Amino acid sequence: MGSRASTLLREEEIEEIKKETGFSHSQITRLYSRFTSLDKGENGTLSREDFQRIPELAINPLGDRIINAFFPESEDQVNFRGFMRTLAHFRPIEDNEKNKNAAPSEPLNSRTNKLLFAFRLYDLDRDDKISRDELLQVLRMMVGVNISDEQLGSIADRTIQEADTNGDSSISFNEFMKVLEKVDVEQKMSIRFLH
Amino acid sequence: MISTAELREAMKKLLGQQVGHRDLEEILRDIDLNGDGQVDFEEFVRMMSRGLFSVILMTWTVCTSEPLCWVVLSLSLWWTLLLVFIIVPSVAGISFGIRSLYMRALLQIFKWTSSQMEIRAKEKNEELYKPYSNGIIAKQPSLSLMQQQQQLRCCSSDCAFSDALFFSRRAVESIVDDEVTKCFSAQELENWNLLTRSNCRFRHISLRLTVLWGLGLLLRYCLLLPLRVALAVSGVPLLLVLTPLVSCLPDGALHSGLSEKVHIVCYGVFVRALTAIITYHHQENKPRDGGICVANHTTPIDIIILANDGCYSLVGQVHGGLMGLLQRALVKASSHIWFERSEAKDRHLVAKRLGDHVADKNKPPILIFPEGTCINNTSVMMFKKGSFEVGCSVYPVAIKYDPRFGDAFWNSSKCGIISYLLWTMSSWAIVCSVWYLPPMKREDGESAVDFSNRVKSAIAAQGGLVDLVWDGALKRSKVKDDLKKEQQKLYSKVLMFDRDLRNRNNI
Repeated sequence: MGSRASTLLREEEIEEIKKETGFSHSQITRLYSRFTSLDKGENGTLSREDFQRIPELAINPLGDRIINAFFPESEDQVNFRGFMRTLAHFRPIEDNEKNKNAAPSEPLNSRTNKLLFAFRLYDLDRDDKISRDELLQVLRMMVGVNISDEQLGSIADRTIQEADTNGDSSISFNEFMKVLEKVDVEQKMSIRFLH
Repeated sequence: MISTAELREAMKKLLGQQVGHRDLEEILRDIDLNGDGQVDFEEFVRMMSRGLFSVILMTWTVCTSEPLCWVVLSLSLWWTLLLVFIIVPSVAGISFGIRSLYMRALLQIFKWTSSQMEIRAKEKNEELYKPYSNGIIAKQPSLSLMQQQQQLRCCSSDCAFSDALFFSRRAVESIVDDEVTKCFSAQELENWNLLTRSNCRFRHISLRLTVLWGLGLLLRYCLLLPLRVALAVSGVPLLLVLTPLVSCLPDGALHSGLSEKVHIVCYGVFVRALTAIITYHHQENKPRDGGICVANHTTPIDIIILANDGCYSLVGQVHGGLMGLLQRALVKASSHIWFERSEAKDRHLVAKRLGDHVADKNKPPILIFPEGTCINNTSVMMFKKGSFEVGCSVYPVAIKYDPRFGDAFWNSSKCGIISYLLWTMSSWAIVCSVWYLPPMKREDGESAVDFSNRVKSAIAAQGGLVDLVWDGALKRSKVKDDLKKEQQKLYSKVLMFDRDLRNRNNI
C-alpha cells in the first residue's frame, strides 16, 4: 500500500536531462514527482490513458493533438526523458542565458523549435506539409459541431491562401514560420517554471 | 504382563529424546521391583499411584516451558491493564493529558528533523523540495468562460494559427500541474515526519536521522500498533454486545440515557484506538434533531470523529459480513437509514426516506457526505444536490486533518479498508479540527445546486480548503463530454466573430 515509484532518479540521469533540456536540478526533481503521480501503472512510462485522466486536458479542444506530441512515431508509451524533452519546448527563451552549459546544437526551446512543435500539431501525417484536409481536421477538432462544413472549408481555404507562397496549396514549415513571424511566439508558448 | 522392553518403547515414545538411556533404565528398575523383566499388576498399580504425583509435576513443568502458555498469561495481563488505564477513564470522562504531551513532543522532533535536512541540503548546495511554498509553474489563474473568450479574441486577430498556441500552452500547463488529479492522492508534506511512506525520495540523509527513524519505527510497530489493534478489537464486540442489551429496555428516559452512554463509551474506545486528537470548535452550532449534517469527506474515520461528539443517523448501502453486522447492531440503538443497492439508485426513494426521517423531530440529525467519495483534504469538490433538496436546515461541518502526524486520506484504489486501518494505526496519530458552522437554509428562489455551492464555499473557507467545481466522481470516471463541447462552442464563436469582422473589413 502506498508504494510510490521505487525507481528514484539517478544523479547521472538528472545531469543528462539538464544538458539536453536546460531545466534546473530542482525543476527536474519536481517534474519527476509529477511524472510518477501521473503514472498509475507504476511502470516508469506514461500511456495515452494516463494523460486523458487529467480533466483539464481532456476538455481542451486540442488535447488529443498535444497528447500525441509526447509520443514518438507509432509508440504507445513515453518515458521520463521523452516527457521532459517535449516539456522543454515550453521553457522561456530568457532562461537560456542563465544556463552555462548550453547545448552545442540549438536548444529545444528556441523560437524555431517552438514553431516546429506548433507545426506538428497540424501536420497529422508527419510529411512536413499541412494540407487542406489536415487543416480542416484540426479545425473540426477545435470547433466541434458548431460550424458547418462549408463555413469551415472557407476558413481553411482563406488561411491557406494567405500562407501559401509557392502555390502548392499546402503549407510548408517555412511558410508557416513566415505567417507567424509577427506573433510573439516566445511569450505565447512559454510557461514560467519556478525554481 | 507388561515387559520392560514394551515399557521402554512406550516411555521413549512419550518422552521422546528428553530421557537419556540411563535415566530410562533407572526408572524401569524402580518399577520392576522384583527385577524379572516383567511388570505385573501389583507393580503397575504401585507405579501409577506413585507416578500420579510425578505426572502432575511433569505436566506442570512441560506446560510452563511451552511458549503458548506464556502468551495466554501475558495477553490476559495486558488486557486487564488496558481496561484499567484506558477504557475506564474514557468511560468516566477523565483524561490524563498524555495525548497532548505526545503531540508536542512529536512536533519538536519534526522541527529538529527539518532543520537537520536543511543543513544537509545547504552542504550539498541543493534546494530542499517544498511542494507548497513554491509550485512547479506560475500558473495563469483559471478563467471564466467570458474571460477566456476575450483572451482568445485578442490573440486571434493576429493570425489563424495563433489560436493553436493558446490552446497548446493551456494543455501543457494542465499536464504539469492541474487541480483535480492532485486531490485523489495523498497530500505531500512540507517537512519530513519520519515516516517512509510520506517521503518517496527517502535517501540516507544522516546517521542521526536514520537512527531516529528506526526508533520511531520500533515505537510505532511494537508498542503503538498492538495497543491500538487490541483496543479496536475489544471495542467492536463491546458495541455488538451492549447495543442489543440496551435495546431490550422499554422506551423511556432510562433507555435513551443508557443508549447515549453506550454510544459515548464505544466511540471513545474507537477514538483512542486510533489515537485521534480532536479539537471541536463552535460547539454551540452542533447539529440538532431534525436537520441534515453535511461535511467534507476524507476517510471513513470521519464518521467516528463526528459521532464521538454527538449522535447521528448514518446513511449508506447495506453491506454483508462484519460491516453488515455492525449496521444491524447500530440500527438497534438508534435509527439509521440503510439502503439496498437497488434502492440507492432510485433518487425519489432516497429523497422520500430522508424527508420522512427529517420530519420526525425526535430522530437524530442525518450525517451525509455530499461529495460522494473520499478527497484528500486539500480541497472540497462538487456537492451532490440530493441532500440539499430536502428542505430542512443544513448544518455544515468542516473537518481538517493535520497531515504531519499521519495521512488520514483513504485512497480506495490503492488499498482496502482493513489495510487502511492498520496503516492509520501505525502512524503517529490522527490530529484534526472540527468546525461546526451555523445552520443554513435554502433561500426563496435559490436552486438546490446554488445552495449546495453556497454551503461548499462556507465549508472550504472555514477549513482552509480549495473550493473546486469539479465532480469527485472524476476519480473513477472520465470527464463528461459536455464540458469539452462547451469549450468547442466558445472557440467557434470566436472564430465566426473573427470571420465576420474580416468579411466586413473586406467589404
